[in-house]
Amino acid sequence: MPANRFNGNCDYGIGIGLRVPHYAHILSKKPVVDWFEIISENFMVEGGRPLELLDKILEQYRVVQHGVSMYFGSADKPDRTHLRRLKSLVKRTKTPWLSDHLCWGSVDGTYTHDLLPMPYTFAAARRTAEKIRLVRDYLEVPICVENVSSYAEFHASEMTEWEFLTEVVELADCGILLDVNNIYVSSKNHGFNPYDYVDNVPHDRVGQMHIAGHTRFEKYILDTHDHPVLDPVWKLYAHATELCGISATLLEWDDKIPSFDEVHNEALKANEFIDGAKKAAV
Amino acid sequence: MKRPPKHAPVRIESTDDLRLFQRMMATAVTRPLSADDGLQAKWIDGRSMEKVASEFIKPNDRLTSFERLQLYNQMYWFRLFDAIRDDCPGLQAALGERAFGRLAQAYLARYPSRSFTLRNLSSRLVQFIGQRPSLTAPHTALALEIARFEWAQTVAFDGESKPVVSAAVLARTPPGRLRLGLQPYVTLLDLRHPIDSYVISVKRRDAMRSEASNTPDSAGSAWKPVRRAPLPRPSRTLVAVHRHNNRLYYKRLDPGAFRILEALSQGRPLTRAIAAAGPGVKPARVRNWFKSWMALGWFCARGNKRNRRAS
Repeated sequence: MPANRFNGNCDYGIGIGLRVPHYAHILSKKPVVDWFEIISENFMVEGGRPLELLDKILEQYRVVQHGVSMYFGSADKPDRTHLRRLKSLVKRTKTPWLSDHLCWGSVDGTYTHDLLPMPYTFAAARRTAEKIRLVRDYLEVPICVENVSSYAEFHASEMTEWEFLTEVVELADCGILLDVNNIYVSSKNHGFNPYDYVDNVPHDRVGQMHIAGHTRFEKYILDTHDHPVLDPVWKLYAHATELCGISATLLEWDDKIPSFDEVHNEALKANEFIDGAKKAAV
Repeated sequence: MKRPPKHAPVRIESTDDLRLFQRMMATAVTRPLSADDGLQAKWIDGRSMEKVASEFIKPNDRLTSFERLQLYNQMYWFRLFDAIRDDCPGLQAALGERAFGRLAQAYLARYPSRSFTLRNLSSRLVQFIGQRPSLTAPHTALALEIARFEWAQTVAFDGESKPVVSAAVLARTPPGRLRLGLQPYVTLLDLRHPIDSYVISVKRRDAMRSEASNTPDSAGSAWKPVRRAPLPRPSRTLVAVHRHNNRLYYKRLDPGAFRILEALSQGRPLTRAIAAAGPGVKPARVRNWFKSWMALGWFCARGNKRNRRAS
């Protein structure tokens, strides 16, 4: 959906991730970019250069926060220090919505720093939704949860991934950050039809989309974010926008990062794939 | 992390079940890699890892349960190795690739991350090197100093900054009662080697190597070949690792200046701290030091009793 309660009713267009190799270019050339996505954890510090840089970016650009370590799906309670620092950053950036992943990654206070897949069970969905509500109420900002790419499935699962995602967001009454590249990667790793996934999530809850590149190995696909977006992912993105509307879209490029212009031009290619959604909107 | 259950729960019907499942998976993911950088063949209780993995992970038509779990195990270690290597280029250069790899794996196995951010990953490395000197022998003393220095850099980069003590406060407080704090991002180091020069030379070498090579990094490679750098010769070095205008700096300190700053950081009042410089230090020098430190914004109100000296 272009603007809805899950993205703070913001009609954002195409953005890119704010990454270190581009800092100098952005600050000196001030390129026109609709919005930047920042990794929250990179700026949840107490001082120094990261916050100085962030403040300069905030003077010029719209910024949306994306987290990698809230671990909504971990059985542990949210870490209080984490929440306090995140809230402080939310106040600084005035992010209209905040996203993090539908995954787990810590247990008993030990962190793996990975986005580990959930066992898709009703009990796990209830616990995850409870944490999303708690975090949203504390931060006072809409939350979108992102589907992750995964390389393993569990015997304990009771439903498909898209059914689990739906169960969680309905229970939590939160939004979805639909990562179409992750859907594609997981579909190849687990042998499901990615269109079934996109067709069966609640489209009215999609507040944002992610696109990215991946790497194909002999027996699996890795979500590497180090390539341009591949054709099957663009096609899936086009299909998703037809169903969900033209949503705020973010290109992730996190490794082997090329020039700012190359990344931005790759992101803007998304405009070529939203004709179906435009026609549907007329 | 608490010990995992003997078997992963077959059904996950409660948060407790979820926690047991996550303990099982996290223990497997964080288990040290085998000698050939794969998932260990045996579980913690000696059972076959193949069998344990198959109890909770589904295979597919291309990968066994073991292989799927191994992907996560490898990604965990490669990610953390990358992070700790980024934090400790000097230590890696001093120890060489293999010894640093052994140290990193042993450290992360003993002290897995307890923070939501990788920024704090090497926060206990100094402590660990002291606990396991055999991993850095015969260069343990040097390794300790480099690890202290490199952690001080992390603190200086994004550590807390407190309001600078104003000239008005200084003017109105009697020196015998004035206690100044050092900014939390400033670390004083009393070193037996010129670690600052050494780390600079390692960074320059790495930068030159990076500029000289157009070979793309290979995804998933755990270690890049790093030869040991020539080790620094002993020479007492007193240095403050700090930042100014949000850029990282190393400031060499005169012994008298170091003693004053150390005394201030220990909470001594100004007059006693200045006395710590020693009888041979002329007042004009002390005035110049304070002028420089004030210009750098190093002094703040004393908020805690933490000793800023990290040597």
